[in-house]
Amino acid sequence: MDAKAIHERLSARFGERVTGVNLETASPFAVVATDAIVEVAGFCKSDPDLAFDNLMCLAGVDYPKETPPRMEVVYHLLSYRHTHTFALKVHLPRESPSVPTVEGIWGVANWHEREAWDMLGIVFTGHSDPRRILLPDDWIGHPLRKDWQDPDFYNGMHVKPTAQMAERAMGGEKIGVGPFDFTPPNRHVEH
Amino acid sequence: MASTLTGSGAADWKPEDIDTDEMVLNMGPQHPSTHGVLRIELKTDGEVVKAARPHIGYLHRCFEKHAESVDYPGVIPYTDRMDYVASMGNSLGYALAVEKLLGIETGPYVSTIRVIMAELQRIASHCVAVGTYGMDIGAFTPFLHLLRDREKILDLFEWTCGARLLYNYNWVGGVSHDVPEGFVKACRQFLREYDAITIPELMDLLIGNKIFIKRTAGVGVCPVDLAISYDLTGPNLRGSGLPRDLRKDHPYCGYDRFEFTVPVGKGEFGPVGSCFDRNWVRCIEMAESSKIIHQALDALEKMERADVHEKVPKRVKPAKGEVYARSEAPRGQLGYYIVADGTGVNPYRVKVKSPCFTAMSVFHVLAKGMMIADIIALIGSLDVVLGEIDR
Repeated sequence: MDAKAIHERLSARFGERVTGVNLETASPFAVVATDAIVEVAGFCKSDPDLAFDNLMCLAGVDYPKETPPRMEVVYHLLSYRHTHTFALKVHLPRESPSVPTVEGIWGVANWHEREAWDMLGIVFTGHSDPRRILLPDDWIGHPLRKDWQDPDFYNGMHVKPTAQMAERAMGGEKIGVGPFDFTPPNRHVEH
Repeated sequence: MASTLTGSGAADWKPEDIDTDEMVLNMGPQHPSTHGVLRIELKTDGEVVKAARPHIGYLHRCFEKHAESVDYPGVIPYTDRMDYVASMGNSLGYALAVEKLLGIETGPYVSTIRVIMAELQRIASHCVAVGTYGMDIGAFTPFLHLLRDREKILDLFEWTCGARLLYNYNWVGGVSHDVPEGFVKACRQFLREYDAITIPELMDLLIGNKIFIKRTAGVGVCPVDLAISYDLTGPNLRGSGLPRDLRKDHPYCGYDRFEFTVPVGKGEFGPVGSCFDRNWVRCIEMAESSKIIHQALDALEKMERADVHEKVPKRVKPAKGEVYARSEAPRGQLGYYIVADGTGVNPYRVKVKSPCFTAMSVFHVLAKGMMIADIIALIGSLDVVLGEIDR
């Protein structure tokens, strides 16, 4: 099936809850209502004509400049039986992004969703293992958000030099000890 | 059965639930057989693993965040550093994705060079995979033989682009250097030795070895529906018996011009999808890659030399849009999801679907009930590179 036929089949089954289709882009997608994603995903997998048995990729994307500001979760699906692909999207409010988990449908969603939580702070309700995956457990914040600011310290270590430290170092003072020694790069060339 | 296909299983035990005769064992992150910095928490009862919980992230280098702060061509060196055992495959996937976004199609000359490099890299990568796997389970010699051949491939790469590990070779719209004068001859020379000596030697010494078979066949069996549910791709999926290869199913770079077969695990010595099948598939693939390179070299010789920078855009600035592009990297399907916002020269979002990441996510399902020594055999057979898992 091509993208148009897939979308028609989805909208015939779910009507209003599948909207915002874009078939022109290189990877066609349809936007699904947040509360219907598990149902739609389950249908995509079980319907014999669609047979999306594989979740290729699950990505979160942050769009703070859209009105209203939103986050997206993008599900890229592949059918091994029919070798066709399609993408589903959900739009989430940026201040409290939350979407039901699809790990009951594709096992691989478990780790992808943990990564989306880790990096973007998207909550997957009903997730069986909602821990961070790539960052340390005691990390604060979600770095792939567009408004992310690096913290000054992590566990007592300087993550980035502060303006005051830079100023003192430029004045010739030695800042920090051992591996945390901070010397601004342009001081190395003074021979 | 359905319940084991999905769901985590990784969160279903806590330290306070441990029985008195059970023990929690940390394997890694500095364990030699974890192929990098992977830590696995094993709940063991004697030698039997009751549950396993992988911890990743020790090699996290913020690839996706970096990618948002440099321009499109600037991402390519970072992609090299994801799967550092098979850099060519990573940068090829990225270049193909951006080209799809821009609507560029490279000429046959560049595509053929890319195929040659990608397949050489596949051989080199499988050399490491199979070689270190043999070493993991006690066969030291094949490792030396395979690394010897990998070295020759790296020499060819060095001759072409100056780098031996991280090449920055596949550019958006082209490749960084044309193949040097005499490359075709040297490559043929290498392949002759490789076909005549290494492959038969490998099949005799390692794959056909009775100890190897006993150690791997029937261990870590991954049924095909589990493999699909957890998105295993590449040799891992084909080892489970599903003949799916992007080079055949959705040919890119003109792979449809070349004759080759897609090996699938046959379960000769046990159930299909065992560690043996995954490695057997890798070894057959090495021979198939050699066939592809022979044909590509013939094709390259017949072509007129073309400018490999001809289609390289001066400034990469795609229109607003998004793309999900896949390619068959040595370790499986590598997917790039790239969002362009149409205003900046930096990608708005780059998400990598790493084949190793998904292969590692099925680990806890396969590891349940295994012996500790077999855990080593399982990790190696999934052929994960931690640089790509953590990115």
